[in-house]
Amino acid sequence: MNFVGIVLVSHSSKVVEGLLDIIRQVIHDVPIAIAGGTDENEIGTNVEKIMSAITTANSGKGVLVLYDLGSAKMNAEVAVEMLDSIQIKIVDAPLVEGAYVAAVESNMRKTLDEVYEAVMKEF
Amino acid sequence: MELGVPDIVKWFDFANKKIQHHKDYLSALDRPIGDGDHGINMARGCKEAINKIMTKNYAEPSEVIKDVAMALLAKVGGASGPLYGTAFLKMSMAVKGYEVLSLSTLANGMEAALAGLKQRGKSDIGEKTLIDVWSPMGDYISTGEISSDGLIELARDALETSKDTMATKGRAAYFKEKSIGHIDPGSASSFYIFEALAEVIKEKE
Repeated sequence: MNFVGIVLVSHSSKVVEGLLDIIRQVIHDVPIAIAGGTDENEIGTNVEKIMSAITTANSGKGVLVLYDLGSAKMNAEVAVEMLDSIQIKIVDAPLVEGAYVAAVESNMRKTLDEVYEAVMKEF
Repeated sequence: MELGVPDIVKWFDFANKKIQHHKDYLSALDRPIGDGDHGINMARGCKEAINKIMTKNYAEPSEVIKDVAMALLAKVGGASGPLYGTAFLKMSMAVKGYEVLSLSTLANGMEAALAGLKQRGKSDIGEKTLIDVWSPMGDYISTGEISSDGLIELARDALETSKDTMATKGRAAYFKEKSIGHIDPGSASSFYIFEALAEVIKEKE
Protein backbone atom coordinates (compact mmCIF):
# COMPACT_ATOMS: atom_id res chain seq x y z
CA MET A 1 0.00 0.00 0.00
CA ASN A 2 1.17 3.48 -0.85
CA PHE A 3 2.22 6.30 1.40
CA VAL A 4 2.09 10.05 0.89
CA GLY A 5 5.57 11.02 -0.27
CA ILE A 6 7.58 13.73 1.42
CA VAL A 7 10.10 16.09 -0.18
CA LEU A 8 12.56 18.08 1.91
CA VAL A 9 13.92 21.23 0.25
CA SER A 10 16.81 23.16 1.74
CA HIS A 11 19.47 25.61 0.67
CA SER A 12 21.99 23.09 1.95
CA SER A 13 22.16 19.40 1.09
CA LYS A 14 23.69 18.74 4.53
CA VAL A 15 20.56 20.08 6.25
CA VAL A 16 18.22 17.69 4.46
CA GLU A 17 20.64 14.76 4.55
CA GLY A 18 20.84 15.13 8.33
CA LEU A 19 17.12 15.60 8.63
CA LEU A 20 16.51 12.46 6.61
CA ASP A 21 18.82 10.55 9.00
CA ILE A 22 16.77 11.77 11.97
CA ILE A 23 13.48 10.69 10.40
CA ARG A 24 14.81 7.35 9.11
CA GLN A 25 15.74 6.38 12.65
CA VAL A 26 12.01 6.01 13.24
CA ILE A 27 10.15 5.96 9.92
CA HIS A 28 11.32 3.44 7.32
CA ASP A 29 8.61 2.91 4.74
CA VAL A 30 7.47 6.42 3.81
CA PRO A 31 9.13 7.58 0.58
CA ILE A 32 11.15 10.68 1.40
CA ALA A 33 13.28 12.47 -1.19
CA ILE A 34 15.60 15.41 -0.61
CA ALA A 35 16.48 18.41 -2.75
CA GLY A 36 19.29 20.30 -1.07
CA GLY A 37 21.57 22.90 -2.64
CA THR A 38 21.94 23.97 -6.23
CA ASP A 39 22.70 21.70 -9.19
CA GLU A 40 26.38 22.22 -8.37
CA ASN A 41 25.73 21.47 -4.68
CA GLU A 42 26.35 25.02 -3.64
CA ILE A 43 24.11 26.87 -1.20
CA GLY A 44 20.76 27.53 -2.87
CA THR A 45 17.86 25.62 -4.34
CA ASN A 46 17.17 24.23 -7.77
CA VAL A 47 13.86 23.70 -9.58
CA GLU A 48 14.99 20.59 -11.47
CA LYS A 49 16.28 18.97 -8.28
CA ILE A 50 12.98 19.66 -6.56
CA MET A 51 11.01 18.29 -9.52
CA SER A 52 13.05 15.12 -9.57
CA ALA A 53 12.66 14.68 -5.79
CA ILE A 54 8.88 15.08 -6.09
CA THR A 55 8.76 12.47 -8.86
CA THR A 56 10.88 10.09 -6.78
CA ALA A 57 8.78 10.51 -3.64
CA ASN A 58 5.47 10.07 -5.41
CA SER A 59 4.01 6.58 -5.19
CA GLY A 60 0.59 7.65 -6.40
CA LYS A 61 -0.76 9.11 -3.20
CA GLY A 62 0.64 12.60 -3.65
CA VAL A 63 3.59 14.47 -2.20
CA LEU A 64 4.00 16.97 0.62
CA VAL A 65 6.85 19.47 0.19
CA LEU A 66 8.61 21.17 3.11
CA TYR A 67 11.22 23.91 2.68
CA ASP A 68 13.59 26.05 4.73
CA LEU A 69 13.83 29.66 3.51
CA GLY A 70 11.92 31.97 1.15
CA SER A 71 13.51 31.20 -2.20
CA ALA A 72 13.23 27.46 -1.54
CA LYS A 73 9.48 27.95 -1.43
CA MET A 74 9.49 29.94 -4.66
CA ASN A 75 11.44 27.23 -6.45
CA ALA A 76 9.12 24.61 -4.96
CA GLU A 77 6.13 26.52 -6.34
CA VAL A 78 7.67 26.63 -9.80
CA ALA A 79 8.32 22.88 -9.59
CA VAL A 80 4.71 22.23 -8.56
CA GLU A 81 3.39 24.29 -11.48
CA MET A 82 5.52 22.28 -13.88
CA LEU A 83 4.44 18.90 -12.50
CA ASP A 84 0.68 19.23 -12.86
CA SER A 85 0.15 15.48 -13.18
CA ILE A 86 1.17 14.82 -9.55
CA GLN A 87 -0.89 15.83 -6.54
CA ILE A 88 1.43 18.08 -4.51
CA LYS A 89 1.07 20.37 -1.53
CA ILE A 90 3.64 22.77 -0.11
CA VAL A 91 3.31 23.26 3.62
CA ASP A 92 4.44 26.31 5.58
CA ALA A 93 5.98 24.80 8.69
CA PRO A 94 9.36 24.60 10.40
CA LEU A 95 11.36 22.21 8.24
CA VAL A 96 12.73 19.84 10.88
CA GLU A 97 9.71 19.51 13.14
CA GLY A 98 7.26 19.71 10.24
CA ALA A 99 9.00 16.95 8.32
CA TYR A 100 8.98 14.72 11.37
CA VAL A 101 5.25 15.23 11.93
CA ALA A 102 4.56 14.67 8.22
CA ALA A 103 6.54 11.43 8.16
CA VAL A 104 4.75 10.06 11.22
CA GLU A 105 1.34 10.99 9.78
CA SER A 106 2.13 9.54 6.37
CA ASN A 107 3.32 6.37 8.05
CA MET A 108 -0.19 6.04 9.49
CA ARG A 109 -1.41 5.80 5.90
CA LYS A 110 -3.15 9.14 5.97
CA THR A 111 -4.11 10.96 2.76
CA LEU A 112 -2.21 13.99 1.46
CA ASP A 113 -4.86 16.37 2.78
CA GLU A 114 -4.80 14.70 6.18
CA VAL A 115 -1.01 14.83 6.43
CA TYR A 116 -1.07 18.47 5.34
CA GLU A 117 -3.74 19.35 7.92
CA ALA A 118 -1.88 17.53 10.68
CA VAL A 119 1.29 19.50 10.00
CA MET A 120 -0.63 22.78 9.76
CA LYS A 121 -2.40 22.08 13.05
CA GLU A 122 0.86 21.33 14.84
CA PHE A 123 2.49 24.67 13.99
CA MET B 1 9.44 50.60 -33.00
CA GLU B 2 9.45 46.85 -33.31
CA LEU B 3 11.69 44.22 -31.76
CA GLY B 4 12.41 41.04 -33.69
CA VAL B 5 14.32 37.89 -32.74
CA PRO B 6 17.78 39.46 -33.33
CA ASP B 7 16.84 42.43 -31.13
CA ILE B 8 15.64 40.25 -28.29
CA VAL B 9 18.78 38.11 -28.54
CA LYS B 10 20.81 41.32 -28.46
CA TRP B 11 18.85 42.49 -25.41
CA PHE B 12 19.90 39.44 -23.43
CA ASP B 13 23.42 39.55 -24.86
CA PHE B 14 23.85 43.15 -23.64
CA ALA B 15 22.20 42.33 -20.31
CA ASN B 16 24.49 39.33 -19.80
CA LYS B 17 27.60 41.43 -20.53
CA LYS B 18 26.50 44.00 -17.95
CA ILE B 19 25.76 41.36 -15.33
CA GLN B 20 29.14 39.67 -15.92
CA HIS B 21 30.89 43.03 -15.76
CA HIS B 22 29.13 44.06 -12.54
CA LYS B 23 29.13 40.60 -10.97
CA ASP B 24 31.28 41.56 -7.97
CA TYR B 25 29.38 44.79 -7.45
CA LEU B 26 26.04 42.92 -7.36
CA SER B 27 27.40 40.45 -4.82
CA ALA B 28 28.82 43.32 -2.76
CA LEU B 29 25.36 44.94 -2.71
CA ASP B 30 23.93 41.65 -1.48
CA ARG B 31 26.43 41.26 1.35
CA PRO B 32 25.13 43.79 3.92
CA ILE B 33 21.44 42.87 3.52
CA GLY B 34 21.46 39.39 2.04
CA ASP B 35 23.64 36.36 1.50
CA GLY B 36 26.19 37.95 -0.79
CA ASP B 37 25.77 35.75 -3.82
CA HIS B 38 23.50 37.75 -6.15
CA GLY B 39 26.24 38.62 -8.63
CA ILE B 40 27.62 35.09 -8.80
CA ASN B 41 24.13 33.60 -9.13
CA MET B 42 23.02 36.00 -11.84
CA ALA B 43 26.29 35.66 -13.74
CA ARG B 44 25.96 31.87 -13.74
CA GLY B 45 22.33 31.97 -14.88
CA CYS B 46 22.86 34.60 -17.57
CA LYS B 47 25.88 32.76 -18.96
CA GLU B 48 23.79 29.63 -19.30
CA ALA B 49 20.98 31.60 -20.95
CA ILE B 50 23.33 33.20 -23.48
CA ASN B 51 25.01 29.91 -24.32
CA LYS B 52 21.58 28.52 -25.06
CA ILE B 53 20.16 31.33 -27.20
CA MET B 54 23.33 32.08 -29.16
CA THR B 55 23.44 28.61 -30.64
CA LYS B 56 19.80 28.27 -31.66
CA ASN B 57 17.56 29.60 -34.41
CA TYR B 58 14.28 31.09 -33.38
CA ALA B 59 11.04 31.76 -35.24
CA GLU B 60 9.79 34.36 -32.78
CA PRO B 61 10.91 36.38 -29.75
CA SER B 62 8.74 34.43 -27.29
CA GLU B 63 10.91 31.34 -27.83
CA VAL B 64 14.08 33.27 -27.02
CA ILE B 65 12.51 34.68 -23.87
CA LYS B 66 11.29 31.24 -22.82
CA ASP B 67 14.77 29.72 -23.17
CA VAL B 68 16.20 32.54 -21.07
CA ALA B 69 13.53 31.91 -18.43
CA MET B 70 14.27 28.19 -18.26
CA ALA B 71 18.02 28.76 -18.01
CA LEU B 72 17.56 31.24 -15.17
CA LEU B 73 15.20 28.85 -13.38
CA ALA B 74 17.68 26.02 -13.66
CA LYS B 75 20.92 27.83 -12.96
CA VAL B 76 20.36 30.73 -10.58
CA GLY B 77 20.48 29.30 -7.07
CA GLY B 78 19.00 32.19 -5.11
CA ALA B 79 15.58 33.80 -5.04
CA SER B 80 16.36 35.61 -8.27
CA GLY B 81 16.12 32.31 -10.17
CA PRO B 82 12.42 31.68 -9.62
CA LEU B 83 11.65 35.41 -9.73
CA TYR B 84 13.40 36.26 -13.00
CA GLY B 85 12.50 32.83 -14.37
CA THR B 86 8.81 33.38 -13.68
CA ALA B 87 8.90 36.96 -15.02
CA PHE B 88 10.41 35.94 -18.35
CA LEU B 89 8.28 32.80 -18.60
CA LYS B 90 5.09 34.86 -18.19
CA MET B 91 6.45 37.43 -20.62
CA SER B 92 7.14 34.77 -23.22
CA MET B 93 3.61 33.39 -22.84
CA ALA B 94 2.10 36.86 -23.23
CA VAL B 95 3.98 37.61 -26.47
CA LYS B 96 3.63 34.14 -27.98
CA GLY B 97 2.61 34.10 -31.64
CA TYR B 98 4.21 37.43 -32.62
CA GLU B 99 7.14 37.40 -35.01
CA VAL B 100 8.02 40.93 -33.99
CA LEU B 101 7.09 42.74 -30.80
CA SER B 102 5.43 46.12 -31.13
CA LEU B 103 5.59 48.47 -28.17
CA SER B 104 2.09 47.46 -27.11
CA THR B 105 2.94 43.74 -27.32
CA LEU B 106 6.04 44.38 -25.24
CA ALA B 107 3.86 46.29 -22.77
CA ASN B 108 1.58 43.24 -22.50
CA GLY B 109 4.66 41.11 -21.91
CA MET B 110 5.85 43.47 -19.19
CA GLU B 111 2.45 43.43 -17.53
CA ALA B 112 2.42 39.62 -17.46
CA ALA B 113 5.99 39.54 -16.16
CA LEU B 114 5.15 41.96 -13.38
CA ALA B 115 2.08 39.96 -12.39
CA GLY B 116 4.30 36.87 -12.28
CA LEU B 117 6.84 38.62 -10.05
CA LYS B 118 4.14 39.76 -7.65
CA GLN B 119 2.57 36.32 -7.49
CA ARG B 120 5.84 34.43 -7.09
CA GLY B 121 7.31 36.82 -4.53
CA LYS B 122 3.96 37.51 -2.83
CA SER B 123 5.11 41.08 -3.04
CA ASP B 124 4.23 44.48 -4.43
CA ILE B 125 5.90 47.79 -5.23
CA GLY B 126 7.62 49.56 -2.33
CA GLU B 127 9.01 46.47 -0.60
CA LYS B 128 12.57 46.98 -1.82
CA THR B 129 12.54 44.24 -4.43
CA LEU B 130 13.07 44.11 -8.18
CA ILE B 131 9.37 44.98 -8.57
CA ASP B 132 10.36 48.56 -7.71
CA VAL B 133 12.18 48.70 -11.05
CA TRP B 134 9.95 46.43 -13.16
CA SER B 135 6.77 48.26 -12.21
CA PRO B 136 7.72 51.78 -13.43
CA MET B 137 9.38 50.21 -16.51
CA GLY B 138 6.10 48.47 -17.35
CA ASP B 139 4.12 51.67 -16.81
CA TYR B 140 6.48 53.65 -19.04
CA ILE B 141 6.47 51.13 -21.88
CA SER B 142 2.67 50.95 -21.76
CA THR B 143 2.43 54.72 -22.45
CA GLY B 144 3.23 53.78 -26.06
CA GLU B 145 5.77 56.54 -26.48
CA ILE B 146 9.20 55.80 -25.13
CA SER B 147 12.81 56.80 -25.70
CA SER B 148 15.97 54.97 -24.74
CA ASP B 149 17.10 57.94 -22.62
CA GLY B 150 13.74 58.06 -20.88
CA LEU B 151 13.92 54.37 -20.11
CA ILE B 152 17.40 54.59 -18.57
CA GLU B 153 16.57 57.71 -16.59
CA LEU B 154 13.42 56.18 -15.15
CA ALA B 155 15.21 52.93 -14.30
CA ARG B 156 17.93 54.88 -12.48
CA ASP B 157 15.33 56.91 -10.55
CA ALA B 158 13.54 53.71 -9.54
CA LEU B 159 16.81 52.21 -8.31
CA GLU B 160 17.57 55.33 -6.25
CA THR B 161 14.08 55.39 -4.74
CA SER B 162 14.29 51.78 -3.67
CA LYS B 163 17.55 52.57 -1.86
CA ASP B 164 15.63 54.68 0.64
CA THR B 165 12.85 52.18 1.30
CA MET B 166 12.82 49.56 4.03
CA ALA B 167 12.81 45.95 2.91
CA THR B 168 9.69 44.02 3.88
CA LYS B 169 10.22 41.05 1.53
CA GLY B 170 13.09 38.71 0.87
CA ARG B 171 16.24 38.03 2.87
CA ALA B 172 16.79 41.78 3.39
CA ALA B 173 13.53 41.99 5.39
CA TYR B 174 15.33 40.32 8.30
CA PHE B 175 17.38 43.51 8.57
CA LYS B 176 14.27 45.71 8.91
CA GLU B 177 15.19 49.45 9.15
CA LYS B 178 18.89 48.62 8.74
CA SER B 179 18.07 47.83 5.10
CA ILE B 180 17.36 51.52 4.45
CA GLY B 181 20.17 53.24 2.55
CA HIS B 182 21.32 50.06 0.83
CA ILE B 183 20.66 49.48 -2.85
CA ASP B 184 18.55 46.37 -3.40
CA PRO B 185 20.68 43.90 -5.41
CA GLY B 186 17.68 42.60 -7.38
CA SER B 187 16.72 46.13 -8.35
CA ALA B 188 20.31 46.71 -9.44
CA SER B 189 20.42 43.65 -11.70
CA SER B 190 17.02 44.66 -13.07
CA PHE B 191 18.45 48.10 -13.80
CA TYR B 192 21.15 46.49 -15.97
CA ILE B 193 18.52 44.43 -17.78
CA PHE B 194 16.51 47.54 -18.68
CA GLU B 195 19.63 49.54 -19.46
CA ALA B 196 20.41 46.78 -21.96
CA LEU B 197 16.90 47.03 -23.42
CA ALA B 198 17.33 50.80 -23.74
CA GLU B 199 20.58 50.28 -25.66
CA VAL B 200 18.82 47.94 -28.10
CA ILE B 201 16.07 50.52 -28.57
CA LYS B 202 18.64 53.32 -29.01
CA GLU B 203 20.10 51.56 -32.03
CA LYS B 204 16.66 51.76 -33.63
CA GLU B 205 16.02 55.44 -32.86
